[in-house]
Amino acid sequence: MDFAAVVTLEILYMIAFLALTSAGLAIVFGMMRVINLAHGEFVMLGGYTTIACAKAGINIYFAMLVLAPLVVGIFGLVVERLVVRHLYGRMIDTMLATWGLSLLMVGLVSLIFGNTAVSVPAPIPGYQLGNFQMGGYNLFIIAVATLMVIGLWLLLRTTRIGLVARGAMQSAEVASSLGYNPNIVYMWTFTAGAALSGLAGGVLAPLTGLLPSSGGAYIAKAFITVITGGAAVIAGTLSSSVIFGTINQLVSFASTPVLGEIAMLALAIVLLRLMPQGITGRFFRNST
Amino acid sequence: MSVSRRRFLTSTGSAAGLTALGGAIPFELALAQGAPIKLGSILDNSGNLDAYGKPMVMATTLAAEEINAAGGVLGRKIQVVQYDSQSDIALYTKYAQQLTRDDKVDVVHGGITSASREAIRQTFKRASTLYFYNVLYEGGVCDRNTVCTGTTPAQAVEPIVEIAMKQWGPSAYVLAADYNYGQITAKWLAHYIKQRKGTVAATDFFPLDVADFASTIAKIQQAKPAFVASALVGGAHMSFYRQWAASGMSRKIPLCSTTFGVGNEQLALSPGEGDGILIAGNYSQEADTPANKDFLAKWAKRFGDPKAVHEIAVSQYQGILLWAACARKAGSLDRDKMVAAIESGIGIQGPAGTVTLEPRTHHATLDINVMEVKGQKLTIKQQFKARPPADTLQSCDLAKNPNDNKQYEVKV
Repeated sequence: MDFAAVVTLEILYMIAFLALTSAGLAIVFGMMRVINLAHGEFVMLGGYTTIACAKAGINIYFAMLVLAPLVVGIFGLVVERLVVRHLYGRMIDTMLATWGLSLLMVGLVSLIFGNTAVSVPAPIPGYQLGNFQMGGYNLFIIAVATLMVIGLWLLLRTTRIGLVARGAMQSAEVASSLGYNPNIVYMWTFTAGAALSGLAGGVLAPLTGLLPSSGGAYIAKAFITVITGGAAVIAGTLSSSVIFGTINQLVSFASTPVLGEIAMLALAIVLLRLMPQGITGRFFRNST
Repeated sequence: MSVSRRRFLTSTGSAAGLTALGGAIPFELALAQGAPIKLGSILDNSGNLDAYGKPMVMATTLAAEEINAAGGVLGRKIQVVQYDSQSDIALYTKYAQQLTRDDKVDVVHGGITSASREAIRQTFKRASTLYFYNVLYEGGVCDRNTVCTGTTPAQAVEPIVEIAMKQWGPSAYVLAADYNYGQITAKWLAHYIKQRKGTVAATDFFPLDVADFASTIAKIQQAKPAFVASALVGGAHMSFYRQWAASGMSRKIPLCSTTFGVGNEQLALSPGEGDGILIAGNYSQEADTPANKDFLAKWAKRFGDPKAVHEIAVSQYQGILLWAACARKAGSLDRDKMVAAIESGIGIQGPAGTVTLEPRTHHATLDINVMEVKGQKLTIKQQFKARPPADTLQSCDLAKNPNDNKQYEVKV
């Protein structure tokens, strides 16, 4: 019985992990059709911001929940203005440019922090669940991911900003004829995506520790989650996170974490073969 | 590359200045000493494995400077040719070629993971460049061109299993890194546990970049072993100990490890988190011997805080001292004469006690301390004097088969 609860919690944690790391990418890719290959490095930058601030004596929650999204969001804004905005509609060029950006970021972070593992201890102690000891910090990650998804849904579904954003993505021309400048909408969308990546990096930093090359560990999972999810930002990310998180953890518990990863990747191939437009290309078509 | 006129002028100018100086002053010195001896070294000074590599690079510098200050070897100074392999196996092979072809070094001390050692060992064998591998490892390398001065499972793993099973009980859960070191060490762990009528509940292997151990920690609790034995390696695997401590497991199921402490992992955990972890190795900073105190003082004088000193930094230092002792005995750097000296039962006094080279295997006979982590320190529980590399001795005999060139694996 305890074990079932433990497995459930670990599955929830993996779903939260996938949703967190892919939300930023989903917004940028799902709404703007821009493939940001530097997404993993945005996450990594959020992690480094958190660790650097926490080591400087700033409250760690403030660092991960406020400073990390802020710093990475501003960074994303600069990148959008300098690079990405010139490349809208040119998918291959954007990929090349953001890939170059990711290499640059790895290099810069190595230069500043050194090519060495850094970490901060998790600020929440473990707790007892029946016969099992569990990491308390995982619960915090599940909570943050849940709040993020709800917040994002409310923003896109119920506010004027969300409406304009969705409208501009559907038809930039109609939006501009109604008096909304699509360039400005794109700019803020990209910035928001970057800020969400920063949040993910900040929240996950205490769990694993970071290297400048850590971005690579996030981007693969984030990409298969977003692509498998399809065009709808929230429903897509959420449905593929649930499927992949569950499979990954069930197989991990039954065998080893390595096989868990393999099962997840194999499933992604099968899903994309069956649903080339992603899950939301077939189900939940009218969702956000 | 383009060379501007100004840059060309300044560089040639300074080069000319150097030659002028070089011609004037060190001429007599050059006559007295001959060209310096080149000591090649490839170590991971950055990246995932830099917790191991950085102090080893410092130890290399310290050993070379010390030997030079005492007049060098065979009347010649040592010049260290150091390459940073950045935790990347591809760079090992590249730098190994460079050391043998371009730099033409006289000896190489280097390699950290067993994967890196196997990537470069044959290059040195082909080039007849003597190679010292100064890191604890899974044992079994049998090659006359290679000397392994680190501890092997029979030396370090057996004592831990012995004490862990006596203290905690007969069943173990084994976690190991997924490459040759972890795979073979896991076999040795199983071997020693079964020899003592114990059981292995399960064995899990992890690639070096795995950093999330939540499901593993739950599985361990499900299996309820008497203790956990870890042979995890590198910066990413460090998060196992952090997550283990964060979930409060360190007070519930005891842990022993063949690698903990090697990269000073105890310092990365907060005080108390690592308490009680059982490890075994050749070196402890806490060793209350004049040789160790003297070594730590020298380290502090050269690099500041000696906290960075760990098992394989000392291993590297002792490896270089052993090589220097062999060169003095051989009276030459000729590879075959050096090998004869290596096989003469030669030994040195290092920071971790007496280290002698075992002639049949080119491995070291050394003292082993079983230690316990207490408040970020490795306190010695029990010492085993002069343990031979019994595992490698089982299968390797270079006196009988001088042309042997392979790594033997344990059969369990």
